[in-house]
Amino acid sequence: MLNCKKNTELLSEAQDRKLNLAETVRLKVHTTMCSACRVFDKQLQQLQGFSNDFINERHTPKE
Amino acid sequence: MPLQPTITESIQHPDWSQDQVFMIELRQQMIKFATLQLSDQHLAEDAVQDALIGALKNQQTFTRQSALKTWVFAILKHKIIDLIRSNSRLVSGSSLQINDDEDDLVEVWDQPFNSRGHWHLSEQPTPWQQPADSLAMDQFWLIFETCLNALPAQYSKAYMMREFVGLTTQEICLQTNNSENSLNVLLYRARMKLRKCLQENWFDKGA
Repeated sequence: MLNCKKNTELLSEAQDRKLNLAETVRLKVHTTMCSACRVFDKQLQQLQGFSNDFINERHTPKE
Repeated sequence: MPLQPTITESIQHPDWSQDQVFMIELRQQMIKFATLQLSDQHLAEDAVQDALIGALKNQQTFTRQSALKTWVFAILKHKIIDLIRSNSRLVSGSSLQINDDEDDLVEVWDQPFNSRGHWHLSEQPTPWQQPADSLAMDQFWLIFETCLNALPAQYSKAYMMREFVGLTTQEICLQTNNSENSLNVLLYRARMKLRKCLQENWFDKGA
Protein backbone atom coordinates (compact mmCIF):
# COMPACT_ATOMS: atom_id res chain seq x y z
CA MET A 1 0.00 0.00 0.00
CA LEU A 2 1.07 3.58 -0.68
CA ASN A 3 2.41 5.66 2.18
CA CYS A 4 1.18 9.24 2.63
CA LYS A 5 4.21 10.79 0.94
CA LYS A 6 3.77 8.72 -2.23
CA ASN A 7 0.04 9.30 -2.08
CA THR A 8 0.45 13.09 -1.95
CA GLU A 9 2.74 12.90 -4.97
CA LEU A 10 0.09 10.96 -6.84
CA LEU A 11 -2.62 13.41 -5.74
CA SER A 12 -0.50 16.21 -7.18
CA GLU A 13 -0.01 14.36 -10.48
CA ALA A 14 -3.73 13.69 -10.68
CA GLN A 15 -4.15 17.45 -11.17
CA ASP A 16 -1.96 17.33 -14.26
CA ARG A 17 -2.69 14.05 -16.02
CA LYS A 18 -5.16 11.18 -16.12
CA LEU A 19 -3.90 8.48 -13.79
CA ASN A 20 -3.94 4.89 -15.01
CA LEU A 21 -6.27 2.34 -13.46
CA ALA A 22 -3.70 0.83 -11.05
CA GLU A 23 -2.68 4.30 -9.83
CA THR A 24 -6.29 5.35 -9.42
CA VAL A 25 -7.11 2.27 -7.35
CA ARG A 26 -4.08 2.69 -5.09
CA LEU A 27 -4.82 6.38 -4.62
CA LYS A 28 -8.49 5.79 -3.87
CA VAL A 29 -7.78 2.99 -1.39
CA HIS A 30 -5.31 5.10 0.54
CA THR A 31 -7.23 8.36 0.42
CA THR A 32 -10.47 6.72 1.53
CA MET A 33 -8.81 5.37 4.65
CA CYS A 34 -6.57 8.35 5.45
CA SER A 35 -8.29 11.49 6.71
CA ALA A 36 -5.08 13.57 6.58
CA CYS A 37 -4.64 12.80 2.89
CA ARG A 38 -8.32 13.60 2.26
CA VAL A 39 -7.79 17.06 3.76
CA PHE A 40 -4.59 17.42 1.73
CA ASP A 41 -6.45 16.52 -1.46
CA LYS A 42 -9.08 19.14 -0.69
CA GLN A 43 -6.32 21.71 -0.05
CA LEU A 44 -4.72 20.92 -3.43
CA GLN A 45 -8.06 21.61 -5.07
CA GLN A 46 -8.43 24.85 -3.11
CA LEU A 47 -4.90 25.84 -4.16
CA GLN A 48 -5.86 25.28 -7.77
CA GLY A 49 -9.02 27.33 -7.22
CA PHE A 50 -7.02 30.20 -5.69
CA SER A 51 -4.67 30.12 -8.67
CA ASN A 52 -7.59 30.22 -11.11
CA ASP A 53 -9.16 33.14 -9.27
CA PHE A 54 -5.83 34.92 -9.10
CA ILE A 55 -5.49 34.84 -12.87
CA ASN A 56 -9.13 35.10 -13.88
CA GLU A 57 -9.79 38.46 -12.27
CA ARG A 58 -12.61 37.20 -10.14
CA HIS A 59 -11.09 39.10 -7.25
CA THR A 60 -10.78 42.38 -9.12
CA PRO A 61 -13.18 45.14 -8.08
CA LYS A 62 -16.70 45.03 -9.42
CA GLU A 63 -17.54 48.68 -9.79
CA MET B 1 -20.42 45.50 -1.26
CA PRO B 2 -20.17 48.83 0.68
CA LEU B 3 -17.02 49.10 2.75
CA GLN B 4 -16.80 50.76 6.15
CA PRO B 5 -15.12 54.19 5.85
CA THR B 6 -12.91 53.25 8.81
CA ILE B 7 -11.32 50.36 6.98
CA THR B 8 -10.97 51.84 3.53
CA GLU B 9 -8.49 54.57 2.88
CA SER B 10 -11.64 56.71 2.60
CA ILE B 11 -10.47 58.57 -0.49
CA GLN B 12 -13.03 58.47 -3.27
CA HIS B 13 -11.08 59.28 -6.40
CA PRO B 14 -7.36 59.23 -5.68
CA ASP B 15 -4.73 59.70 -8.33
CA TRP B 16 -2.41 56.82 -7.57
CA SER B 17 0.06 57.81 -10.26
CA GLN B 18 0.99 60.78 -8.04
CA ASP B 19 2.12 58.42 -5.29
CA GLN B 20 5.64 57.90 -6.51
CA VAL B 21 6.76 55.38 -3.89
CA PHE B 22 3.71 53.21 -4.61
CA MET B 23 4.21 53.44 -8.38
CA ILE B 24 7.93 52.64 -8.26
CA GLU B 25 7.34 49.62 -6.01
CA LEU B 26 4.44 48.43 -8.14
CA ARG B 27 6.49 48.70 -11.33
CA GLN B 28 9.40 46.82 -9.78
CA GLN B 29 7.13 44.00 -8.61
CA MET B 30 5.55 43.77 -12.05
CA ILE B 31 8.90 43.67 -13.84
CA LYS B 32 10.12 40.93 -11.51
CA PHE B 33 6.99 38.89 -12.17
CA ALA B 34 7.10 39.43 -15.95
CA THR B 35 10.83 38.77 -16.27
CA LEU B 36 10.47 35.49 -14.42
CA GLN B 37 7.80 34.38 -16.86
CA LEU B 38 9.29 35.72 -20.07
CA SER B 39 13.04 35.29 -19.42
CA ASP B 40 13.51 38.53 -21.37
CA GLN B 41 14.02 41.85 -19.62
CA HIS B 42 13.04 44.09 -22.55
CA LEU B 43 9.92 42.15 -23.38
CA ALA B 44 9.02 42.19 -19.69
CA GLU B 45 9.45 45.96 -19.45
CA ASP B 46 7.31 46.50 -22.55
CA ALA B 47 4.56 44.28 -21.17
CA VAL B 48 4.66 46.10 -17.83
CA GLN B 49 4.51 49.49 -19.55
CA ASP B 50 1.45 48.46 -21.58
CA ALA B 51 -0.30 47.05 -18.51
CA LEU B 52 0.40 50.17 -16.43
CA ILE B 53 -0.85 52.54 -19.12
CA GLY B 54 -4.02 50.47 -19.53
CA ALA B 55 -4.66 50.35 -15.80
CA LEU B 56 -3.95 54.01 -15.08
CA LYS B 57 -6.56 55.08 -17.65
CA ASN B 58 -9.12 53.55 -15.30
CA GLN B 59 -7.44 54.31 -12.02
CA GLN B 60 -10.22 56.56 -10.73
CA THR B 61 -12.41 53.48 -10.29
CA PHE B 62 -10.06 52.07 -7.67
CA THR B 63 -10.49 53.44 -4.20
CA ARG B 64 -7.79 51.29 -2.69
CA GLN B 65 -4.23 50.71 -3.82
CA SER B 66 -4.58 46.95 -3.36
CA ALA B 67 -7.47 46.92 -5.83
CA LEU B 68 -5.49 48.83 -8.46
CA LYS B 69 -2.55 46.52 -7.91
CA THR B 70 -4.67 43.42 -8.36
CA TRP B 71 -6.18 44.85 -11.52
CA VAL B 72 -2.87 45.88 -13.05
CA PHE B 73 -1.42 42.43 -12.36
CA ALA B 74 -4.44 40.79 -14.00
CA ILE B 75 -3.80 42.84 -17.16
CA LEU B 76 -0.11 41.98 -17.03
CA LYS B 77 -0.83 38.26 -16.66
CA HIS B 78 -2.98 38.26 -19.77
CA LYS B 79 -0.23 40.00 -21.72
CA ILE B 80 2.27 37.39 -20.52
CA ILE B 81 -0.06 34.54 -21.49
CA ASP B 82 -0.45 35.98 -25.00
CA LEU B 83 3.31 36.40 -25.36
CA ILE B 84 4.14 32.88 -24.15
CA ARG B 85 1.48 31.26 -26.31
CA SER B 86 2.57 33.16 -29.41
CA ASN B 87 6.28 32.64 -28.92
CA SER B 88 7.51 29.38 -27.40
CA ARG B 89 11.15 30.53 -27.71
CA LEU B 90 10.51 32.70 -24.68
CA VAL B 91 10.71 29.68 -22.46
CA SER B 92 14.22 28.37 -22.06
CA GLY B 93 14.71 24.79 -20.92
CA SER B 94 17.56 25.50 -18.57
CA SER B 95 15.37 27.63 -16.35
CA LEU B 96 13.30 24.63 -15.34
CA GLN B 97 16.05 22.33 -14.10
CA ILE B 98 15.64 20.85 -10.66
CA ASN B 99 18.29 22.14 -8.33
CA ASP B 100 18.82 19.45 -5.73
CA ASP B 101 21.48 21.41 -3.91
CA GLU B 102 18.94 23.75 -2.53
CA ASP B 103 19.37 24.22 1.18
CA ASP B 104 15.80 23.85 2.27
CA LEU B 105 14.96 21.03 -0.12
CA VAL B 106 14.87 18.14 2.32
CA GLU B 107 13.28 20.27 4.97
CA VAL B 108 10.21 21.23 3.00
CA TRP B 109 8.87 18.06 1.42
CA ASP B 110 10.24 15.46 3.74
CA GLN B 111 9.53 17.34 6.89
CA PRO B 112 5.76 16.68 7.03
CA PHE B 113 6.42 12.94 6.71
CA ASN B 114 8.23 10.52 9.01
CA SER B 115 10.75 7.94 7.82
CA ARG B 116 7.97 5.58 6.79
CA GLY B 117 6.38 8.31 4.68
CA HIS B 118 3.42 8.95 6.97
CA TRP B 119 2.34 12.41 8.16
CA HIS B 120 3.94 13.59 11.38
CA LEU B 121 1.09 14.12 13.83
CA SER B 122 1.81 17.85 14.07
CA GLU B 123 1.96 18.17 10.28
CA GLN B 124 -1.33 16.51 9.42
CA PRO B 125 -3.32 18.87 7.20
CA THR B 126 -6.30 20.59 8.79
CA PRO B 127 -9.21 21.99 6.73
CA TRP B 128 -8.84 25.50 5.26
CA GLN B 129 -11.63 28.02 5.72
CA GLN B 130 -12.14 30.37 2.77
CA PRO B 131 -11.62 34.08 3.58
CA ALA B 132 -14.88 35.50 4.88
CA ASP B 133 -15.38 38.76 2.98
CA SER B 134 -13.87 40.88 0.24
CA LEU B 135 -11.56 42.78 2.58
CA ALA B 136 -10.16 39.53 3.97
CA MET B 137 -9.91 38.33 0.40
CA ASP B 138 -7.78 41.36 -0.57
CA GLN B 139 -5.44 40.57 2.31
CA PHE B 140 -5.41 36.92 1.35
CA TRP B 141 -4.31 37.77 -2.21
CA LEU B 142 -1.38 39.77 -0.88
CA ILE B 143 -0.27 36.74 1.16
CA PHE B 144 -0.85 34.46 -1.82
CA GLU B 145 1.30 36.68 -4.00
CA THR B 146 4.03 36.87 -1.37
CA CYS B 147 4.08 33.07 -1.09
CA LEU B 148 4.25 32.80 -4.87
CA ASN B 149 7.17 35.24 -4.99
CA ALA B 150 8.93 33.28 -2.26
CA LEU B 151 9.07 30.12 -4.40
CA PRO B 152 12.42 29.29 -6.01
CA ALA B 153 12.31 30.64 -9.57
CA GLN B 154 12.12 27.29 -11.36
CA TYR B 155 9.21 26.13 -9.15
CA SER B 156 7.18 29.28 -9.60
CA LYS B 157 7.83 29.24 -13.33
CA ALA B 158 6.65 25.64 -13.67
CA TYR B 159 3.68 26.33 -11.42
CA MET B 160 2.63 29.51 -13.22
CA MET B 161 2.93 27.91 -16.66
CA ARG B 162 0.70 25.11 -15.47
CA GLU B 163 -1.85 26.95 -13.32
CA PHE B 164 -1.81 30.53 -14.65
CA VAL B 165 -0.99 30.11 -18.31
CA GLY B 166 -2.96 26.86 -18.32
CA LEU B 167 -0.55 24.82 -20.42
CA THR B 168 -0.73 21.03 -20.15
CA THR B 169 2.30 19.21 -18.72
CA GLN B 170 3.01 17.83 -22.21
CA GLU B 171 3.07 21.37 -23.64
CA ILE B 172 5.38 22.55 -20.85
CA CYS B 173 7.72 19.56 -21.34
CA LEU B 174 7.84 20.19 -25.06
CA GLN B 175 8.59 23.89 -24.68
CA THR B 176 11.11 23.50 -21.88
CA ASN B 177 12.77 20.27 -22.97
CA ASN B 178 11.99 18.67 -19.61
CA SER B 179 10.96 15.10 -18.89
CA GLU B 180 7.46 14.64 -17.53
CA ASN B 181 8.93 13.09 -14.38
CA SER B 182 11.05 16.10 -13.51
CA LEU B 183 8.17 18.46 -14.25
CA ASN B 184 5.95 16.42 -11.92
CA VAL B 185 8.58 16.79 -9.20
CA LEU B 186 8.77 20.57 -9.75
CA LEU B 187 5.00 20.95 -9.61
CA TYR B 188 4.73 18.76 -6.50
CA ARG B 189 7.40 20.77 -4.70
CA ALA B 190 5.85 24.07 -5.76
CA ARG B 191 2.45 22.96 -4.41
CA MET B 192 3.96 21.69 -1.15
CA LYS B 193 5.81 24.97 -0.61
CA LEU B 194 2.82 27.14 -1.50
CA ARG B 195 0.59 25.06 0.75
CA LYS B 196 3.01 25.35 3.65
CA CYS B 197 3.45 29.09 3.14
CA LEU B 198 -0.31 29.74 3.05
CA GLN B 199 -0.80 27.47 6.06
CA GLU B 200 1.75 29.33 8.18
CA ASN B 201 1.05 32.87 7.03
CA TRP B 202 -2.70 32.80 6.63
CA PHE B 203 -4.66 29.77 7.80
CA ASP B 204 -2.72 29.21 11.06
CA LYS B 205 -3.39 32.84 11.95
CA GLY B 206 -7.12 32.20 11.93
CA ALA B 207 -7.67 35.02 9.45
